[in-house]
Amino acid sequence: MLEKALIKENNKKFWNWILFLLVLSAVGFGSYLWQLNQGLTVTGMSRDVSWGLYIGQFTFFVGVAASAVMLVLPYYLHNVKEFGRITVIGEFLAVASVLMCMMFIIVDMGMPMRVVNMFLYPTPNSPMFWDAMVLTGYLLLNIFIGWNVLEAESKGVHPPKWVKVLIYISIPWAVSIHTVTAFLYAGLPGRHYWLTALIAPKFLASAFATGPALLILICFILKKFANFDAGKKAIQKLALIVTYSMSITIFMVVVEFFTAFFSQVPAHMHALQYLFAGVHGHNGFVPFMWVFVILSVLALVLLIPRKTRENDKTLIIACAAVFFSMMIEKGLSFVIGGLAVTPFGRITEYTPRLPEILIIIGIWAIGTLIASLFYKVVVSVKRETDVTSKNFKSQETLEHS
Amino acid sequence: MDINRRKFLKVSGVFTLGLGLLPLGNALASNKKVKYAPNPKALKAKNWAMVVDMNKLESELDECISACHKTHNVPDIGNKKEEVKWIWTDSFESLFHDIEHGHLTGKIRHKNFLALCNHCENPACVRVCPTKATFKSNDGIVMMDFHRCIGCRYCMAACPYGARSFNFKDPRPYLKEINPKYPTRTKGVVEKCNFCSERLAEGLLPACVEASKNGGLVFGDLDDPNSEVRKILDSQYTIQRSYSFGTKPKVFYIV
Repeated sequence: MLEKALIKENNKKFWNWILFLLVLSAVGFGSYLWQLNQGLTVTGMSRDVSWGLYIGQFTFFVGVAASAVMLVLPYYLHNVKEFGRITVIGEFLAVASVLMCMMFIIVDMGMPMRVVNMFLYPTPNSPMFWDAMVLTGYLLLNIFIGWNVLEAESKGVHPPKWVKVLIYISIPWAVSIHTVTAFLYAGLPGRHYWLTALIAPKFLASAFATGPALLILICFILKKFANFDAGKKAIQKLALIVTYSMSITIFMVVVEFFTAFFSQVPAHMHALQYLFAGVHGHNGFVPFMWVFVILSVLALVLLIPRKTRENDKTLIIACAAVFFSMMIEKGLSFVIGGLAVTPFGRITEYTPRLPEILIIIGIWAIGTLIASLFYKVVVSVKRETDVTSKNFKSQETLEHS
Repeated sequence: MDINRRKFLKVSGVFTLGLGLLPLGNALASNKKVKYAPNPKALKAKNWAMVVDMNKLESELDECISACHKTHNVPDIGNKKEEVKWIWTDSFESLFHDIEHGHLTGKIRHKNFLALCNHCENPACVRVCPTKATFKSNDGIVMMDFHRCIGCRYCMAACPYGARSFNFKDPRPYLKEINPKYPTRTKGVVEKCNFCSERLAEGLLPACVEASKNGGLVFGDLDDPNSEVRKILDSQYTIQRSYSFGTKPKVFYIV
């Protein structure tokens, strides 16, 4: 089935897109070689802000990966038939995202050649050990499930029974990957911005807003460029999921402000003050945070009223707003907010440097490349089955007439 | 020459097999006899701890720091962003952030205090390390295995005392002289104070303690009621950095 990714067809646009992604990946890879040679000194990270954009992006894409469950759960547990056409798309989005997460971890490591130490010396008390475990498991689950379901579809048969078992396992597993990722942060003394039990639920809620929003955008792209229609009903169901999840996410962002500013405990207020208003002239993140506020308000204003949610154009704007607002909140400010405000009450600012940004663009490009090739396979399989079922139907009608 | 291809392969096969078994033999042999006996002069304790008496130490801060950094090949990177430090000074306001109330005497506010790894009894860094590259030894020292560290810097996020440094670049060009008795580090690993465990093993006190000639630094066993550290703790008012975090630090301060 893999050969379908390479079928040439007469599709110049697609191969130009792939070429473009390859060039970006190469630029990222080149920058990574530079970083390997020089050390992490080429990044904006420092002694105080020892994690930066790499770990932020990692966290964000764990969310995107986990969000596949928002298709799988309704389809397999609640028989939401509309999602039948697109669950595979969600599963392959998860595969591409987990691979991106793994790349973000590798590029963040000072000693990437020693990564196997995590498995050679398993350390069950470390959340990072568990994160590596659950992410690897989730990757394998989604590869097996996505591939078998698609292969069965291309052969016109039902997937084997054991795949269904894996599918049921993958549902709580998706929740686990983001919970464990939250636990990376939510148990560290002295990092007050992270020291709240709300991190895991907030991560999950924002993941279930961001992932489906991205899926809606992907569906529109596939409709325009690949002639693959997910169906209006499926997209509207997803839009509803995005609406609820986004509302819950923003609610959780807002309640943090109450706890911090009503209690007036300085350590709790400090990070929020730094991010949204700036402290002692340290205000590098203030513009980003206000873009986040504007985008998330815009998203809710467009998503909550039925009229704008059901209109394709405004829905696209809303989904892009959800994606980018959460990219700022989770992929950028969450990690920095926790570290830039040091336990000594000082603020150390962080500005990403060029090699860091090029490496991140490279990883995005590789992720998009993987997803694009997968989707080419999916779309050609779906097209074939569409054609056979159409032929079958027309044959039936011919025989009847 | 009475050798053909078949014979050659046979013989070389046997030899290769033998080479493969060699490490196994070594492992079995090494179990039988102890190759390295501990130095009989080694200083021993159940739970090493330190008292920093700022009244006696004030004039010797620089000596303590340079003694440590020379002993352990700690580079002078020369920029705050990527600096590597095992022992350093900072203001009361920074080091004792949670008990600074804004009306301290000028003497305390302008004084430089010594800071180093607290060798916590309940260390957050050890809890988070995914490879056990940082671990607690039997004598209560939080140790670092530079050769196992994968450079994920989780321990730096977990340590609320800023005691850990990361080698953002190759540290060796930033060493003025190299002490051949202690390893230099490579780029990409985390390092920190080890309470001079390598010196204790030879019967020597930590380098910083040795450099504090007025007795500003006192080193001893926290679990031994007769140790000098315990005697000071029993008789004088001491404070600790961020005790409320539950890490149970083992560096005590007399301010």
